[in-house]
Amino acid sequence: MTQPMTPALQIDGLNVYFGAPHESFHAVKNASFTVEKGASFGLVGESGSGKSTILKALTGLAPQWEGTMRVAGQQLGAKRDRRFYRSVQMVFQDPYASLHPRQSVDQVLSETLYLHGASNIDDRVNRLLEDVGLGSAFRFRYPHQLSGGQRQRVAIARALAPEPEILLLDEPTSALDVSVQAEILNLLSDLRAEHHLTYVMVSHDLAVVAHMCDQAAVMQNGEIVEILSIDAMRNGDARSDYTRQLLAASANRVA
Amino acid sequence: MTPLLDIKNLWVKFPTRTGVVEAVRGISFSLGRERLGIVGESGSGKSMTGRAILRLIRPPGIIEADHISLHDQDLLSLSEAKMRAIRGQKISMVMQDPKFSLNPVMTIGAQLIEAHRLHSKSSRAEARTKAIEMLEAVSIRDPERVMKAYPHEMSGGMGQRIMIAMMLIPNPEILIADEPTSALDVSVQGQVLSIMDRLVKERGMGLIFISHDLNLVSQFCDRVLIMYAGRIVEVCDADKLHQAQHPYTRGLLGSLPRFDTPRARLDVLQRDPAWREAPSVEARP
Ligand SMILES: Nc1ncnc2c1ncn2[C@@H]1O[C@H](COP(=O)(O)OP(=O)(O)OP(=O)(O)O)[C@@H](O)[C@H]1O
Ligand SMILES: Nc1ncnc2c1ncn2[C@@H]1O[C@H](COP(=O)(O)OP(=O)(O)OP(=O)(O)O)[C@@H](O)[C@H]1O
Ligand SMILES: [Mg+2]
Ligand SMILES: [Mg+2]
Repeated sequence: MTQPMTPALQIDGLNVYFGAPHESFHAVKNASFTVEKGASFGLVGESGSGKSTILKALTGLAPQWEGTMRVAGQQLGAKRDRRFYRSVQMVFQDPYASLHPRQSVDQVLSETLYLHGASNIDDRVNRLLEDVGLGSAFRFRYPHQLSGGQRQRVAIARALAPEPEILLLDEPTSALDVSVQAEILNLLSDLRAEHHLTYVMVSHDLAVVAHMCDQAAVMQNGEIVEILSIDAMRNGDARSDYTRQLLAASANRVA
Repeated sequence: MTPLLDIKNLWVKFPTRTGVVEAVRGISFSLGRERLGIVGESGSGKSMTGRAILRLIRPPGIIEADHISLHDQDLLSLSEAKMRAIRGQKISMVMQDPKFSLNPVMTIGAQLIEAHRLHSKSSRAEARTKAIEMLEAVSIRDPERVMKAYPHEMSGGMGQRIMIAMMLIPNPEILIADEPTSALDVSVQGQVLSIMDRLVKERGMGLIFISHDLNLVSQFCDRVLIMYAGRIVEVCDADKLHQAQHPYTRGLLGSLPRFDTPRARLDVLQRDPAWREAPSVEARP
């Protein structure tokens, strides 16, 4: 390959608004970043700063946006089609809201697999449950019969089902205990290596971001204040005050 | 000192199509005017322990215990009406799913004002001022906008902070906080923890702090229960958590990613079937 590869994701001058025009809230202000194919990009920063909103704009869940977003070079418009969801999947921050209460684990996973034209659905469901550390004993449970962490693992299994190329992970392990977190993070690392997947990962845990990502954007109050490499983060090489503050606060927490 | 809360031999069971799931298996512990952490892996029974104290296990789930005593009153013997009063006034719980505990069709402001007026019979204007103060206390940037907003318009971490504000309004004797800061960045997390800390130190509140964040619990709490498969496998002083002995606790500590030292893979826990069978450790005086 002599040509430079098209990035998996290019976001340029993204603004996102919520609410009616006369009193709309400007949740993301002029955000730009690029994620190369096979890379893993972190989004960190203040609670309420717009991290989830960026992922929602990408997946079509925050319709009031302007700027350009490209997935594998293709510019996104107002609507997303099924092809988009086969290549881009999202794991939502809130495992309680993201599963339908009347659908069993089996239904959630089989339906997703069916929708994306998979064969051997039965085997694939069991395999997905194994992958996220749940096992087939959980297959016929309903969401209310699962703990918070168990639900999150079902949500991760569902996102993996269509074998996407890009995974948007919104606090994928913040509802999980550390041992399950380790299993999921290892699984995500393996999948990325095997299938050359691209990740965008939101987390408030800098140790998790440092473990999983090569680069991260730091957000505050709707803006990306800085994009820096993980090495720079580890060395405390930050340009903005907010990033320095965040690094200092996290350093205190590292035991 | 007599404890605020004393629990003896607590079980939570769920009959399911494939047999009975024993979510909590005979645990005993007490809570004083302290910060008691409960840690343990996903599914180990932390949330069900918290909910059982408030008798909030949904049917067909069953709660059994020798007693769950608040001061000297056994909560298991109270009528449902009396229990509601306990939930509103004496024991508050911040649920793991914050947005589900808020009313989706009412603004945040209306809910905070209502909770406040129910508790203190204050005027609307007073309650409104108080509500805004509460939101500021949990580091909400623009409380005026948030007052007018609905729960679904809040970020994950904002939802958690609003729930904490809400639960502190009745000035409870005991607060059960289930993963209350799991969606918060470190600086906001610090502010929220210091509010809870002040309530324990200044008002003598008892706090049960459920979390899977071992570093956080070891720095913030006084005492920690470590749960595994519905039992307590170890109890220790929070600041000694890093010297914990049980192989399960050691395994949990070993699986943490570290910010300063990169690793290719994280260690995962090798579970020993014997851990399930070991008797529960008593965490009562
Ligand atoms: N549907 C909505 N309607 C109105 N405002 C919204 C909506 N969704 C999000 N917001 C606002 O946009 C801002 C950014 O929210 P977002 O969920 O992106 O934050 P975040 O960075 O993911 O925070 P957290 O770490 O707490 O999850 C918040 O102030 C929030 O109140
Ligand atoms: N309604 C139910 N029917 C059957 N099993 C249930 C039900 N509710 C909970 N459980 C099971 O009880 C066990 C304990 O659940 P609990 O919610 O207390 O876990 P937890 O320690 O809080 O985990 P997490 O850290 O993931 O939130 C889990 O294995 C769960 O699957
Ligand atoms: Mg978010
Ligand atoms: Mg729980």
